[in-house]
Amino acid sequence: MPRRSPLHDEHLAAGARLVPFAGWEMPIQYEGIQAEHRAVRGSVGVFDVSHMGEVETSGPDAEAFLQHVVSNDVTAIAERGAQYGLLCREDGGVLDDLFTYRLGAERFLTVTNASNHDKDTAWLRRQAAGFRVEVGDAAASWAMLAVQGPRARALLAELAEGELPARFRTAELRLAGVPCLVCGTGYTGEDGCELLLDPGDAPAVWKALLAAGAVPCGLGARDSLRLEACFHLYGNDLGEDRNPIEAGLGWCCKLDTGFVGSEALAGFEPEQVLVPFAFTGRGIPRQGNPIRAEHGAGVVTSGGFSPCLQIGIGMGYVPRADAEPGTPIEVDVRGTARAAGVRSKPLYRKED
Amino acid sequence: MADASYPADLKYHAAHDWARIDGDTARFGITWYAQDAVGEIVFYDPPALGAQLVQGQPYAEIESVKAVSEVIAPMSGEVTEVNEAVADAPEAINSDPYGEGWMVTVRLADPAEAAELLDAAAYAELVADA
Repeated sequence: MPRRSPLHDEHLAAGARLVPFAGWEMPIQYEGIQAEHRAVRGSVGVFDVSHMGEVETSGPDAEAFLQHVVSNDVTAIAERGAQYGLLCREDGGVLDDLFTYRLGAERFLTVTNASNHDKDTAWLRRQAAGFRVEVGDAAASWAMLAVQGPRARALLAELAEGELPARFRTAELRLAGVPCLVCGTGYTGEDGCELLLDPGDAPAVWKALLAAGAVPCGLGARDSLRLEACFHLYGNDLGEDRNPIEAGLGWCCKLDTGFVGSEALAGFEPEQVLVPFAFTGRGIPRQGNPIRAEHGAGVVTSGGFSPCLQIGIGMGYVPRADAEPGTPIEVDVRGTARAAGVRSKPLYRKED
Repeated sequence: MADASYPADLKYHAAHDWARIDGDTARFGITWYAQDAVGEIVFYDPPALGAQLVQGQPYAEIESVKAVSEVIAPMSGEVTEVNEAVADAPEAINSDPYGEGWMVTVRLADPAEAAELLDAAAYAELVADA
């Protein structure tokens, strides 16, 4: 029996099409993926991402512990700050990608991917031996909403008592009368906030957001938006069989912190690297499609149709010598060779 | 998208395809139910003229933003016409699945295959239970 979001009834009322996702039953779309995608690019949309997991880490060694397990420099997160980082295995394989929020000097909240949450929690608890830290599974305590788009902040400001957090900052505010942890983060390439709140309060906030004009958006638009923005999706572009250097995430791996996996990554020379690409003609790339490049084979890890560019776009691993933007590649879409070109990130830019 | 409809003058394959049969030729497309299940169609890859279709086998692909679906031939025959307008503007499959959203015209190999298809009432009952 899949788990249901605290907003299940709201989704049905809004005409959602629900699908199984990472053990949850979540909305894939309401009116339609493209309309929702455009709402976020042009105005404001709201996503229920309550399937995301949360881990609360607290205690005198909380910072030292997270510095040990997370790839980025956790000591650089100011109080009320937010930071993207990775959990790696000893060999550098990526266990998860996650956002960590510093709620206090010795208290952090880390948001996990739903499909990895149990694995992450077990891993963190194993790694916690010797640290004066408590690793709490807080997934059941939080609902999560993402309010995204150029109008997101204006809409939230109308409902908020207090000032919204800046990008990569957090604030504890009342929104529509409900206490929320408001985070200046997102997964769409647009401005906006993510809201963490008590599951019992989620329907009231959801209704207030819709009443204020936010368009309900499903996981379909979430995926097409993040792909245009070239954000990694764990399970597609990231996995235990790839390391952060190959995935282009070396920027959030601070090797001198000595995090688990850092030794394996030091001096690592990738044979393949993850690149964004766009088709130059017809067709739509899909995950798993083989790539042919001048210096060897590769594979599509995410693919789809770009509602903004109206072409097939994707990300995939290609030989390092073929990773330069502008390099022509070919994608084998179920037997048909389709022409594509390596692009720079992001695939979609506002000025386009 | 329009409301659910299953015109009485068409024959239906259980894989959610329709045939408008006219003697030994027929026009094929996908049903309202199929286009609704797939969602907004953004790509249609038509078969080549002259392609031989086999009843119950895939002959084309349609793609939404997220997923690929095969289109199943409701009857066997040779493709004599493909709807190029739909290849250029595949959203017509969503907006008008039985009209402008048609996919191919076929010279039927065996018009008697129609006996294996459903009428509108039987098909509507099938998708009501789905």
